[in-house]
Amino acid sequence: MRQIAIYGKGGIGKSTTTQNTVAGLASIGKKVMIVGCDPKADSTRLILHAKAQNTVMDLVRELGTVEDLELGDVMKVGYGDVKCVESGGPEPGVGCAGRGVITAINFLEENGAYTPDLDFVFYDVLGDVVCGGFAMPIREGKAEEIYIVTSGEMMAMYAANNISKGILKYATSGKVRLGGLICNARKTDKEYELISELARRLGTQMIHFVPRDNQVQRAELRRMTVIEYSPEHKQAEEYRTLAKKIAENKMLVVPTPLEMEELEDLLMEFGIMEVEDESVVGVAEKAA
Amino acid sequence: MSKETKIVTVEGITKESTEAMIKEVQAAFPEKARKKRGPHLGANNQGVAGACVQSNRKTVPGVMSARGCAFAGAKGVVWGPISDMVHVSHGPVGCGWYSWGTRRNLQSGVNGVTSFGMQFTSDFQEKDIVYGGDKKLKALLHEARGLFPLAKGFSVLSECPVGLIGDDINSAAKQVAQELDMPVVPCNCEGFRGVSQSLGHHISNDSIRDYVLGTRRFQEESTPYDIALIGDYNIGGDAWASKQLLEEIGLNVKSIWTGDGQLEKIAASHTVKLNLIHCYRSMNYICRVMEEKFDIPWMEFNFFGPTKIRQSLRAIAERFDDKIKENVEKVIAKYDPMMQAVVDEYRPRLEGKKVMLYVGGLRPRHTVGAYEDLGMVVVGSGYEFAHGDDYERTAAVVPDATVIYDDVNEFELEEFVNRLQPDLVGSGIKEKYVFQKMGIPFRQMHSWDYSGPYHGYQGFPIFARDIDMAVNSPVWNLVKSPF
Repeated sequence: MRQIAIYGKGGIGKSTTTQNTVAGLASIGKKVMIVGCDPKADSTRLILHAKAQNTVMDLVRELGTVEDLELGDVMKVGYGDVKCVESGGPEPGVGCAGRGVITAINFLEENGAYTPDLDFVFYDVLGDVVCGGFAMPIREGKAEEIYIVTSGEMMAMYAANNISKGILKYATSGKVRLGGLICNARKTDKEYELISELARRLGTQMIHFVPRDNQVQRAELRRMTVIEYSPEHKQAEEYRTLAKKIAENKMLVVPTPLEMEELEDLLMEFGIMEVEDESVVGVAEKAA
Repeated sequence: MSKETKIVTVEGITKESTEAMIKEVQAAFPEKARKKRGPHLGANNQGVAGACVQSNRKTVPGVMSARGCAFAGAKGVVWGPISDMVHVSHGPVGCGWYSWGTRRNLQSGVNGVTSFGMQFTSDFQEKDIVYGGDKKLKALLHEARGLFPLAKGFSVLSECPVGLIGDDINSAAKQVAQELDMPVVPCNCEGFRGVSQSLGHHISNDSIRDYVLGTRRFQEESTPYDIALIGDYNIGGDAWASKQLLEEIGLNVKSIWTGDGQLEKIAASHTVKLNLIHCYRSMNYICRVMEEKFDIPWMEFNFFGPTKIRQSLRAIAERFDDKIKENVEKVIAKYDPMMQAVVDEYRPRLEGKKVMLYVGGLRPRHTVGAYEDLGMVVVGSGYEFAHGDDYERTAAVVPDATVIYDDVNEFELEEFVNRLQPDLVGSGIKEKYVFQKMGIPFRQMHSWDYSGPYHGYQGFPIFARDIDMAVNSPVWNLVKSPF
C-alpha cells in the first residue's frame, strides 16, 4: 500500500486533481481510498456524486464520543470502488480543525480502514501545513509520498516552496519524500518552463502538466470526475497519464526549498516579476 | 521591616559555609543547569534590604519542581475559596477533579471535611476540542444555575486546551451573564501561561478588578473601622481566627478575600477604609488597584506567633483612633499571659531546634517569628513562586547567612537538608514523604497538615502543639533510616 498526501495552495485544485487522479488509478484497476483532511469536506464529492459526505467528526459530535462510531457510518464507496472518508471539522473561527484530522485518522487506523487490499491511500489536505494536525498525514507510518499541486501564479509557487520547507522538516526525521509538482495550469506566461524550473531547483520533477480545460468544470457541475463523465475526452486522458506517472514514479526526494530571494530571482528570470526596483516597494498607484 | 535590622546569626553558619554548601550541591548539575540555577540560591544578607536570589523565572527543564500552574493559582488559590459561587473548570475533567477540595468554608452551614464548594467542569471530549466548547459552556452555566440555586455567581476558569483552540470564553460569559442576570466571570488562566502559579493569581486579581470590584454596595452605613481582610484563604480556619481577632480590637471586617469569601461582599469592598493584606504575593495587585482607584490604603501584617501579632496589632492601631489603640492594648494584655503559658509549656522541648522551610506565598518569611517564639531557629527558607519583592521582604526576617533557595528542586532541597540536618522541615505534600523516609520530622505547611488554624491567638497554641508533636514524636527514635 502506498500512502500519498496532496498539498498545495488553497483553491489551486487539489480536490479536483486528487479525485480525477484517483479515478484514473481506479480505471486501471487500482484499489484506492481517499481521506479528506479539510473541514470543508469536499474531497470526495466527485467520486460519490454527493453534495457532502457524513464526516467522521460530524458523527463524533452527534454520537458524543469516537468510541461509539462505526467504520461503516463514515466510509462510503463510490466510482471505481474508491473508498471515501472525510475527517470533517468545525466551521471557520472555532475549535481546532487540526485535532479533527488527528482524531479522524486515529479512528480509521484503530478500526481497520487500512485494509491490505488497498493499493493507494490519498490524503487530500487543506492548504498549508498550518499546525501539527495538518501534518498528521505525513507523520511516521502514514504518507511517505507527497505531491504538491501548483500553477505558474506567484502565490501558488510561493506556497509550494513553503510546503517543501515543511516536508524537509519531516523528511529529516522520517521517511516522507517529495514525489513531484503537479502543475494545474492557469495559462500564465511560460507556465510549463517556470514550473519545470521550480521543480528542478526543489530537486524534484514536474510530474505532469495538466492543461486547463473547461471539461473539468462541466464534469464538476454533475458532481463527477472527467474520467467518469467523459472517459474519451482528451482531459480524461491527461488525468489517466498523471495517474500512471504517479503509479510508476520512483523519483522520491528530500526537497531543497528556495530562499525567498532565490524564488523572486526565478520569477524575474521568467519575466513574471520586474527586475527589482526598491523605489516602487510600498508606493500606492496614485502616489506613484 | 524596621529601619535598623538586628543581625541574627546561627552558630556554625557563615556566608562562606553557605556559599560552599551551594557550590557543592550545584556541582552535580550539568553546566547549563548550574548556570541557570546558580542565581536562585544564595546566602541571606540580613543587613541589606534586597533580594539575595533571582526569582520568577522558568523552571530548569529536567529537575523536579514543586511549582503549580496558572490554573492552580487561579482556581486553587484565588477563586476556589469564594464559597457562594459556582467555579467552572472549563476543559478536560482532570483539572476540575483535582481542584475540587477547596479551603474550609461554611457554605453548607457547617464546617467539616465533606464541605465541598460548588464546583463544575465542562469535561471536554474530542468533539469539544474540534468544534469548540463555547456552546457547552453556555449550556452548563444555565444547568449550574438550576442545580445551585443559592449561587451568587460563576467563575469560568480556562484550562490549557481552551487557550490552545482559542475558545472565546469572554463573550460566552458576557452573554450568559445577561441571560441569567448574574455575574459570570471569565478568567483566562490557562495552565501553560507564565512560569508558575503566580501568574494565575495576577490574572485572577485582574478579572476580579474587571468583573467584580465596585459592582455592589454594603447595606449598612459605613464606619471609620471598616476594613477588608485581603489574601487570607482560610487555610485550616485561619481567616476565621484573624477575623475574630480584628473584631476584638474593634474593627469591622467587611469582607474576606477570599477564604470562605462571599462574592457580594468582595464586590462591595471598594468602600472600606483600609485593606489589611496577609498574602502579599497573591493579592498585592488588587490592593494597588483599590489604592489608585478608590484611594484605599493597604498594609501588610503578620498574625503568626505572639511577637508578630503584638507588633502587627500595634501597627494596625496606628492607622486608627485612640479607641482602637486602647482596645489593642487591652487585647494584648488579655492574651499575652495565655501565650506565655503556651511558650512555657513548649519552649523547653523546642529550644534551639532547627527548621527549614520551603513553601509558597508568604510563609517562608511570615512564620519565622512563630518558630522563634518557641525558641526555634530557621536555617533555610525559600519560595516556590515568589518575586523579587518577596525576597526583599525576607532578608530582614530570616537569620543572616542562612541559605535562601528559590524554586528549589528536589535534589537541591534534599542535599541542603542532608547537610544542615534540621530538626523539622516544613514544606508541601510532594516533599513530605521524602523527608519522613529520611527520618526527619516534617509538617505539610501548605495546609497546616490538615490542622489549623495557625493565625492569631487562636492559632498559636495549635501551631505550638503541632510543631512539638512533629519534632518530639518518639517515633523518630524507632526509625532507622537506611539513607
